[in-house]
Amino acid sequence: MLEFRKDLFADERNDDLHEVGQPTQRQDMLGHVTGRSRFFDDHAFEGLLHLKVLRSPHHHARIRRIDTAAAERAPGVKRLIRAADVPVNLNTLLSLLNFGKDDEPSLAHDKVRYRGEPIVAVVAESEAAAHEALASVRVDYEPLPAVLDVEEALKPGAPTVNDTYPGNTFEYHERHNHQKLRFGDVERGFAEADHVLEDRYQMSPIEHAPTETNGCIAAPETNDRFVCHTSTQALFFSVDTAAKILNVPSNRLHFIGGTVGGGFGGKVDTLTEPLAILGAMLTGRPVRYVFDRVEEMQFGPPRGAERWTVKDGVMNDGRIVARQLTGYFDSGAYTRLSSYAVIKSVGHLPGPYTIPNVSADVYCVYTNRTPASAMRGFGVTGVDFAIECHMDKLAQLVGMDPIEFRIQNAYRDGDMKAHRREAKNCALIECCQVAAERAGWPIRDEFRRMSSRQGGGGERARIDATPRAPAPPRPALEVPRYPSYERPAPDRPAPLPPAEPAPTRSPEAPRPTAATRRFSSVFGSRRR
Amino acid sequence: MARHRGRGVASINYPIGMNLGGDPSQALVHANPSGKFTVALSSIDLGQGMKSVTRQICAETLGIPVEDVYVDTADSDTGPHCMGSFASRGTHRVGNAVIAAAKEARAVMMEAAAEELEVNPEDLETDGRGSIHVKGAPSRRISTKDVAIAAQFKQGRTISGRGIFLVPLSDVDPETGEMTPVTCYAHACLIAEVEVDDETGEVEMIAMYSAYELGRAINPKLVEQQLVGGAWMGVSHALYETTEPYYPDRRSGPRDFNEYVMPGPGDICDHDIAVLERPAPDGPFGAKGPGEMCANPVLPAVANAVFNALGVRIDDLPITPEKVLRALKAQGGPKPQARRG
Repeated sequence: MLEFRKDLFADERNDDLHEVGQPTQRQDMLGHVTGRSRFFDDHAFEGLLHLKVLRSPHHHARIRRIDTAAAERAPGVKRLIRAADVPVNLNTLLSLLNFGKDDEPSLAHDKVRYRGEPIVAVVAESEAAAHEALASVRVDYEPLPAVLDVEEALKPGAPTVNDTYPGNTFEYHERHNHQKLRFGDVERGFAEADHVLEDRYQMSPIEHAPTETNGCIAAPETNDRFVCHTSTQALFFSVDTAAKILNVPSNRLHFIGGTVGGGFGGKVDTLTEPLAILGAMLTGRPVRYVFDRVEEMQFGPPRGAERWTVKDGVMNDGRIVARQLTGYFDSGAYTRLSSYAVIKSVGHLPGPYTIPNVSADVYCVYTNRTPASAMRGFGVTGVDFAIECHMDKLAQLVGMDPIEFRIQNAYRDGDMKAHRREAKNCALIECCQVAAERAGWPIRDEFRRMSSRQGGGGERARIDATPRAPAPPRPALEVPRYPSYERPAPDRPAPLPPAEPAPTRSPEAPRPTAATRRFSSVFGSRRR
Repeated sequence: MARHRGRGVASINYPIGMNLGGDPSQALVHANPSGKFTVALSSIDLGQGMKSVTRQICAETLGIPVEDVYVDTADSDTGPHCMGSFASRGTHRVGNAVIAAAKEARAVMMEAAAEELEVNPEDLETDGRGSIHVKGAPSRRISTKDVAIAAQFKQGRTISGRGIFLVPLSDVDPETGEMTPVTCYAHACLIAEVEVDDETGEVEMIAMYSAYELGRAINPKLVEQQLVGGAWMGVSHALYETTEPYYPDRRSGPRDFNEYVMPGPGDICDHDIAVLERPAPDGPFGAKGPGEMCANPVLPAVANAVFNALGVRIDDLPITPEKVLRALKAQGGPKPQARRG
């Protein structure tokens, strides 16, 4: 059941519209329901060849030798593609935005850094022939120690996953191994708080599980151009990535897509297009490269794992006065888009609440697993899980109703957010009120009367000074390692800090001028 | 052994568009001589309705019926640049680009109509049904088809427009994280009701109640499709899915839909949805975008509902029966919390 609450915010809306707001049927509906819409794999080509890749069985290994002699002679094989055949065999997706260093080969040559990493591609008359040929490729591996846990990867002496980033973390601003957020003074906030509660949260990798797996068909066109029918979610991202890897001008590539069988973030990485086009270039024939379901599930990029610790200081009356977070994004063996998700998560903190003291340190960590990528809610889903579970625990701790507790702390128009921009156009309070009403969840009148448009700003727009000296390192959290069900009952009350008079607040800190800093400091050192 | 009911809540906001901006999209709009318009894009329709949303926005801006607009996407030879369909950016970014392009095309259309009707363009308005008339004098009118014919064959005008929308790239302070992440946020609050079997550890969804605020629903049916489907993606993430069930141990992992468990038709429950619309000042007709955020509140709401039912906190996803049973064992049995509503 779905109902529009047109009564809310009606004064901010012009509802006198003809087409906007109508439940118009999709222009492609008939094609979809009759099965006639053309997806990338619905394009038939004469003489179509099939590309498949050999994938690493090791999490981490040196490649001593690759013997493809038998595969080259195998029936139906038209061409083997090795790392040396790829014109520019090192790339990072966000190099198109000048963010980060090239760190990922299309085909591995010296090392494999995750189980499932592509090493050799076979182009053959059929998928079966390609699989047969791959089975006869002999690779001599020297297995290397692997690291699969984000916090293990940060320890001194951990194996280096990605030689471009030897410390196993993405580099921010050419100086930090993580992105920082500092707003107010969390230590003072914890000292003032009636209760402090810390816990940690884990999100495992998940799969986008689209109906249509990642794939494309590339074919020679006239005039030395190549057409590519693709499942990409980002057409020009894929054009530009393929042009870079293949070292051709982008106008030699003609990408066609736009009708895609589910994406959810899993079709941005441009994993199949460069090799398929290269196959078409090397054989002069159309080449199809489509992930099978196993590849999609285990070696196509997942939503990466995230681990978060949340430490909050809360008053007995329900006000949250400090929130400190540490986040680890498990990027897998290469960067892809996790570096971006870290910044996005930092911009999102501390969630939709007004908290005067916030601090966060968020890391993009390399481990020897399938590189992670974007997925619906990228950079936010994991930390929202952590924050909202923690909010529930805090409400329990201070004996408040969890919806009233959220309304009390919700951000309002005019409040200052931790990334130092004023909140506007807020509507969290109204969502809480309406959801409670529909569920028949009673909340008190004073919380039913609150509004995102009233009571914000003023004191709530203040930015308190952040101490210059770095805070002392936080002691490791005294809880057992994963999985969480081995932990003691986690809703234990936190030890109360010693009662001290609240220190007087220092005057408002001057706002740094953003204009003096260059964005490229975030986006790494290289420029194409 | 018993089944325990519980309710949990979560509230969230969600940033619209690529974080820090710097993610442009373009649109081209042009009319053929019959007064039918084509929108050329390179944005991707993943099923979410990119083509429908841009089609309705274009029709609204031009002031013509939606049937007179067709959206052509995505061919890199004919579609102008778009960053892509991700980051809840389609409606907001591409929608604004389409408005800009349609406004430019509309201005030419009105000039052409004014020339035919021998009036000033400012004195004309569209009726949204395929005609342009003098304000206050609906009988002094001309169809958009006749305007297009006149523009093409008599006046030599191109009824076309170009549009781009770009949120300027923000800087990020290395030490404080000061930045402008995005220009607007969508909001949601969701209440999950579950029933947990303390013998099997299985969590059954009983009901969901939600309120989503998304600026403006360009197409309410597509919004419904996103919110209903997205919430189920959230349930699936909360209770079922992972490619690494024993993360960070990499040894076991599903390879197909027999092993990668997701909720089936028998697991579906009612979902009562309210949609709120607080227009974003820079959104196309105020629209934000429901795409990503609809799944997010479900995960913690389900975890909090499990706590309400049993008194155990499961802080790592997914909340499998195994984790529930181990937590119950550690706690010494279920401790149901106060009933909510």
